[in-house]
Amino acid sequence: MFDTMEQRFRALKTRADFCALRYVEEDGETLAVRQGVAEPLRRRLDRGAMITVLHKGGYGYAATADCSSAGLQAALDRATAWAEATAGHAVYDYSQIRLPKPEGRYLGPGAEQALDWNRKALLDLLLDESAAAKAGDERIVDWSAELSRLAVRQRYVTMGGGAVEQAFQMLIPGLSVTAFADGESQTRSLGGQYGGICRQGGMEIVSEAGLLGAGRRVADEALELLAAPNCPSGTMDLLLMPEQMMLQIHESIGHPLELDRILGDERNYAGTSFVTLDMFGHYQYGSPLLNVTYDPRQRNEFAAYGWDDDGAVADKVWLIADGVLQKPLGGEISQARARAAGFDIGGVANSRACNWNRPPIDRMANLNIEPGDKRMDELVAGIERGVLMNTNVSWSIDDSRNKFQFSCEYGRLIENGELKGVVKNPGYRGISATFWRSLKAVGNAATFDVMGTPNCGKGEPNQAVRVGHASPACVFADVDVFGGEA
Amino acid sequence: MRAHFSRLAEHLRSQLQAGEAFTLWLSAERTDFVRFNHGKVRQAGQVAQSYLDIKLAQGEKHVSQNLSLAGNDDDLPLIDRILIELRAALQDVADDPYMLLNAAPQSSERLDATVLPPSETMVEDILAAAAGVDLVGILAAGPVQYGFANSQGQLNWQETVSWNFDWSLYAHGDKAVKRGSAGKAWSSEQLRTEIAEAREQLALLKRPVKTLAPGSYRAYFTPAALAELLSMLNWGGYSEKQLRAKRSPLLKLADGELSFSSMLTVTEDTLQGLAPAFQAEGFIKPDSVPLISAGKYAGSLVSPRTAKEYGIAGNGAGTWESSESLDVAAGSLPHQDVLKALGTGLYVSNLWYLNFSDRMAGRVTGMTRFATFWVENGEIVAPLNVMRFDDSLYRLLGSELEALTVERELLADPGSYGARSSASARLPGALVRAVNLVL
Repeated sequence: MFDTMEQRFRALKTRADFCALRYVEEDGETLAVRQGVAEPLRRRLDRGAMITVLHKGGYGYAATADCSSAGLQAALDRATAWAEATAGHAVYDYSQIRLPKPEGRYLGPGAEQALDWNRKALLDLLLDESAAAKAGDERIVDWSAELSRLAVRQRYVTMGGGAVEQAFQMLIPGLSVTAFADGESQTRSLGGQYGGICRQGGMEIVSEAGLLGAGRRVADEALELLAAPNCPSGTMDLLLMPEQMMLQIHESIGHPLELDRILGDERNYAGTSFVTLDMFGHYQYGSPLLNVTYDPRQRNEFAAYGWDDDGAVADKVWLIADGVLQKPLGGEISQARARAAGFDIGGVANSRACNWNRPPIDRMANLNIEPGDKRMDELVAGIERGVLMNTNVSWSIDDSRNKFQFSCEYGRLIENGELKGVVKNPGYRGISATFWRSLKAVGNAATFDVMGTPNCGKGEPNQAVRVGHASPACVFADVDVFGGEA
Repeated sequence: MRAHFSRLAEHLRSQLQAGEAFTLWLSAERTDFVRFNHGKVRQAGQVAQSYLDIKLAQGEKHVSQNLSLAGNDDDLPLIDRILIELRAALQDVADDPYMLLNAAPQSSERLDATVLPPSETMVEDILAAAAGVDLVGILAAGPVQYGFANSQGQLNWQETVSWNFDWSLYAHGDKAVKRGSAGKAWSSEQLRTEIAEAREQLALLKRPVKTLAPGSYRAYFTPAALAELLSMLNWGGYSEKQLRAKRSPLLKLADGELSFSSMLTVTEDTLQGLAPAFQAEGFIKPDSVPLISAGKYAGSLVSPRTAKEYGIAGNGAGTWESSESLDVAAGSLPHQDVLKALGTGLYVSNLWYLNFSDRMAGRVTGMTRFATFWVENGEIVAPLNVMRFDDSLYRLLGSELEALTVERELLADPGSYGARSSASARLPGALVRAVNLVL
């Protein structure tokens, strides 16, 4: 189908200055069990094409699942009509940009071979873990496990030369347990309740994610939380584990650095940014321990790829080095818009669409914190009074990505350099612009873990994209911490 | 698309083997999306998509497939191929004790055959009305279709041609007048009026900004802001399944431990809403489902699966058992008296990014956004810098709820994750004695 699509596209009639085809196929399946019963088996097959046109300074697109020559020609005509209709009324004169015409092929880990997806065996595995979570305990009132696979294959073709094919294989395991007693309930999960353990690769992810044996372990932690006191309130040190660091990075570094936000595109929906175009190259974003990279070549992360959806080649870029802001998360078009505004600040290959039926915009991809030099025991030992928090459960931040409040599933007190008892409903709040400057210790590679999210929401029309975040454990000084309702 | 959908259903019926049954759910649209920034066009395009959910059942076993359709003859061999794959998958799954399909076929059709002007004309109208101001937002326009069919011959169809223009006018920084409108007919005159009114309101936002210290303040929440507060109850609050799983933020309400103000009555009002009156298993939704009545728990949304699992009656809810057509009863405070009744406090036009800080306690946090004003002695004094609140819904809409307005607004959800939303909410504004600001 991919070669056929390229041939049909190249045979279309066009007068456009530039046009490109992005054909995407997604094939997925979800196995799930809840309370010892298999949930309905859900499969998904999604195929369609997006045609993008730059013409006379305007930008137009049209998406269709009618991939016949006639269907593609109609889409091309509609995209061209939109480019013409908006030429002269656009935020940027698109005739000033030359989008890449790339050539090549990228195969993500596991994409080169068929997945060993044995439904019956996998359902049995999920049922076993689910049963281990329940184990006859009346306090366990809800327990579930699931495993999703997704294969994505796409070809990007530019008229007049240029074709890139990319293929990805992804897995998302999950498990969640709710314990209830005396009118109170606590939910604990494997990697979060929103698909935090999502990676590219094959079936090895099942064991790497810790799904085997997770049922009993997660249930025990839910019961621990049920019996635990609320997290104390006050100003103290905070040790964040990777399952929470991913959210902290996502909300208070990733989104603020998106160049289209800084240029105002998202002000009606996802919001703007406290970061401005003049900050790059000198703004002290965090303490000197903070090093943040955009790394689409970290192959097992969820958003690893070879080229973005505007055809730009993807390479590792340091966004924040030794605490100083270096570059934004902006693709070719946003970079050109920033240059037109007088700011030649560079960017990365992050112009991405969630699927064939949405246009590419600036998105996070793999956005990571580079490991430091502290062992886990050294991180704990450096805290006189504080809390360890793990696994995000609640997230809220203002539309400039500054004032945030996050909560976690699981907390543990730290006193005089030692881990103490479990606390429930741990949360903290702060301000992005100052929070990262309080980073006082960064864990080494042994504390590092690969996480992500399948559902980063943004854009008009709305798009939920796949994002990867890898991070070591980190310690922040003097954070405003709180617990649940007394 | 209706004819194509019927044809696919007929084709599937002809392919069924003994003991097999199917259901089909279609969600289709052809939408022009035009995105604006700084009063100009950022991206303009069209999305034509049709997604079909096929559920194949045999006895107590069933499997489902979501499929993008081409909308032409190519779909028939594709469905034949999928049918073979689903039959193979049926061999891998166990009997499902909770499967429940509608056994009482009831077909229906709802067509809103309005005609919109070309989207290019609508864009010209917007650009002209927004000349000289910093407008940002999204126009979505075109037909949206929903269909259900099953092997028993049931066919339900809803087709609407509509537009939704969600926009803001920016004064400076993060200060903006936020608006949204939707409809089945386009009026350039109405658009000009709305943008002109918003232009006038920009003057208030250009006053010197005030910053509040954390603490407790009187506040008025507009219908849009109240919709954000109540949206948190849609995170499993109205779901019977989540109640049974002890994960609902309304668990303490359902158990009678806590209550809201007697002024608060919430109903799922399918009859007055914009969402389809049928759902993916073929059940017809009742005209209305009481959820909260005079502050007390009144009911929940029950999907067919939950109904079967717990042996209770369903009420046509979808898989997620969330509200799609929310109705909040009006109060007694005339809108014209809101500022006077507020006296001194916050006038909150919009809230943003809410989440639970303690789900089981109904405690939520979130931010003010766009236009929030400081009011003194019944008069708007200054726009406020954004503030974070952290408070219990049981307090805000319970002990602290002072009044709801007489007037209500119908808010059509501009959301478009995966597809254009058909959700809506009709609700008043809310005056509260105290909201807790924390940052």
